[in-house]
Amino acid sequence: MLEVPVLRWGKVYESMEKQPVVHFDTGEPMAFTHQATGSMVKMDLRKAQKARDALRQFSIPQLLEICTKAADLYLNATLPMGTGTLTPAEFCRIQSATTGLPEHMCAGNMRKNAFVLGHMGDVLGSLMRGLPFDILAKGYGKEAGRDVMVSYQANTPVLGAVLPNNSPGVHTLWLPAIPMQIGLMLKPGSQEPWTPYRIAEAFFQAGLPKESIALYLGSHEVGGALVSDCPRVMMFGGQQTVEQHHGNPRVSVHGPGFSKIILGDDVVDNWEDYLDLMTDSVFANGGRSCINCSSIYVSRHGREIADALAKRLGPVAPLPPTDPKASIAAFTNPQMAEAVHDQIEELLKGDGVTEMTAKYREGSRLVSAERYAYLRPTIVFCESPDAPMANTEYMFPFASVVECPEDRMLASIGQTLVCTAITDNEVFRQQLLDAIHIDRLNLGPVRTMQINWLQPHEGNIVEFLYRNRAFQDSPPPAH
Amino acid sequence: MSNLDAAVKEAREALDAHTRETVQWHFSPETGSPFWLDKAKTYDFDPLKDVQCFEDLKKFPLFEDEWLRGGPVTRWAPKGLEGKPAYVFETGGTTGIPKSRLVYEDHWIDYEVFSHTLPDQYFPKGSNWLMLGPSGPRRLRLAVEHLAQYRGGICFCVDLDPRYVIKLLKKGKIKEAEEYKDHVIDQVLTILSAGHDIKCAFMTPKLLEALAMKLIDKGSSIAEAGITGIFGGGTEFSPQWYRFCREELLGPDVYITPTYGNTLMGLACSKPFDPADNYKITYHAPEPRAIIEVVDFKDYNKVVDYGQTGRVKLYTLTKELFIPGFMERDEGEREHPCPQYPWDGISGTRPWHEIAKSTTVGVY
Repeated sequence: MLEVPVLRWGKVYESMEKQPVVHFDTGEPMAFTHQATGSMVKMDLRKAQKARDALRQFSIPQLLEICTKAADLYLNATLPMGTGTLTPAEFCRIQSATTGLPEHMCAGNMRKNAFVLGHMGDVLGSLMRGLPFDILAKGYGKEAGRDVMVSYQANTPVLGAVLPNNSPGVHTLWLPAIPMQIGLMLKPGSQEPWTPYRIAEAFFQAGLPKESIALYLGSHEVGGALVSDCPRVMMFGGQQTVEQHHGNPRVSVHGPGFSKIILGDDVVDNWEDYLDLMTDSVFANGGRSCINCSSIYVSRHGREIADALAKRLGPVAPLPPTDPKASIAAFTNPQMAEAVHDQIEELLKGDGVTEMTAKYREGSRLVSAERYAYLRPTIVFCESPDAPMANTEYMFPFASVVECPEDRMLASIGQTLVCTAITDNEVFRQQLLDAIHIDRLNLGPVRTMQINWLQPHEGNIVEFLYRNRAFQDSPPPAH
Repeated sequence: MSNLDAAVKEAREALDAHTRETVQWHFSPETGSPFWLDKAKTYDFDPLKDVQCFEDLKKFPLFEDEWLRGGPVTRWAPKGLEGKPAYVFETGGTTGIPKSRLVYEDHWIDYEVFSHTLPDQYFPKGSNWLMLGPSGPRRLRLAVEHLAQYRGGICFCVDLDPRYVIKLLKKGKIKEAEEYKDHVIDQVLTILSAGHDIKCAFMTPKLLEALAMKLIDKGSSIAEAGITGIFGGGTEFSPQWYRFCREELLGPDVYITPTYGNTLMGLACSKPFDPADNYKITYHAPEPRAIIEVVDFKDYNKVVDYGQTGRVKLYTLTKELFIPGFMERDEGEREHPCPQYPWDGISGTRPWHEIAKSTTVGVY
């Protein structure tokens, strides 16, 4: 049986307690993971500077070269995984088996991670807005082509990350830390240790010093220690987690996206032109992601749009995760799926909200088995932004189509991670650009999950890990 | 019959004799307490006649610690101890009326018994002690202080209020709880730096860890601070933590021994460290004064087989306190007797699974 150890700055640590990682359907153990503790994290944090020191033995271009090599290894090589090895196909199979994500989506996420890793030079260059990389490595330097001194100082020797179980694509977010010469302390999700371990192994095989990465599988106590003690932490969680850490400069929380599509008054009569865009935005990658669209705001035709989406998505039913046509992921905790289903049913009893998918779906939204459950795609029509579910996000393909006057939309949509707005109305476009509750703005026909990696995501990781401060090595001009 | 079997048999006979003697004491009008004399009137058996061995204690209904709440606390005072100075120690009490135990000398006797299990090499006689734990209405401070004095030393104390910490944690005030911990550890650092020649300490795992890490941050260590022996307790003293503690917090020159106990029972010692045990911690109660059984979750009168899991059942049989079976809120595995302790032990102690999710453990 495969055993996945704790990695403490690259050194294997075998714990006294081990936890099984089980197949979501059969409950059969697929591997055993060794368990780190919060104490280990706190102790290792005291050695974190060594991780950064090891990375600083390499120039940023050298680290970028390692990233490129690691991308290829991650995508194509047979790599160690604890006491065993995994080919790319085996990796997808075991990831699917423990997370309930269809295998072809696992492969898709793998390609996504590899793409970002392989294009890390472009990503970092973009996030640094063209500044020479040497400014990060050296701590200061002149902007290219301008005699302006710039200084960036690392806020931390390492980035901590408390990672989720449900979306292997999010690992793209912490990858830039390595070429920025910042070490990694990662707590993988208990059902998805696979991606962080495989990326770490790919890095090591590509020449990255092992002491630059630590991996701690373990209980919530491990995440708690990272969040309380690590100078910079990235974490993933629900709305409650987001609110808990709001305003804490040490913690970057990635929570629900509440991503939206807005069709302006000037284009809404042509809504059918955007039906593919809306469908994909709601449905791609099993509808699990924070960048999947959860609400569509229109001033009219709401019921027709909802019906058209429902007609496409309502019939979608679960398929085995090995089926290349499988398009929705299982909930590995069936109670969670039942609770979501019950909550939706309760909210549908409210005024001004109608489920549109029911008539196109044979059977219940909830498809239960002993150890897992599926929730089938659900589209609701909300008569106004005040209706229940007008701004709701769930971990499956769910969206509300909300009728709302254009001049009330921005006041109604709430915090929005990705907003795709389609309008040629210059006044409305400017208002969208000015709306500070929208994080990523797509002003044009871009699917919400079509992410350009050269753009920052929920804050710029360069600014999270480094601070731009004043630096002078000679007196300024007289003034 | 092996030497161990003979020792087990002998210990059992001593326990049976001690049980008879204790029951006679608590249920005789000349020596018993008002509480037990009244309680006896409700039983359908006569404790004075019908309890002849330890197994006969199962005739009593389970002891309910709720009985310990509120006054008058003197209802627990055995008439045979009338006139002796008494202490009252509390347990619980974060909200509501705490449970109170009347004590005369048990806390001294318990820790004197414990003292004989401590290796002099690491707990040198005559050296000074540090008590890093709750005082106030708890017995721990006085008990550890007596231990230090019994071994010829002086005890330096740092106070800690666990009820306040629990309140902070329940309100989600993690930052304030951490600040309180820092406040406590700062006091420890001050005492350790003051030239008091402290070599031995009582500390809980959480505070030991915090102290060790603070010393590491200062480029020092527990060993460099002069401490050579520590005893600690609590269900968070897991094998994994034990290993981490020995390998990473303390190093080879500092000895640590886990203990298990509470205000009602006293102090159970652990089997001495043996690399062959792979950090398994096995506790043995200080028989015959206190007894631990590991019992079936569904039948509290049935001891589970060796190696099997069950709930912790405590008995206290001293002249000051009689507890004929109390269901502790912990569980663990039943362990075999060993030469040092020729009676059953328990390993893997952890919060009882039925209440583990709702309990705040390890606050100090």
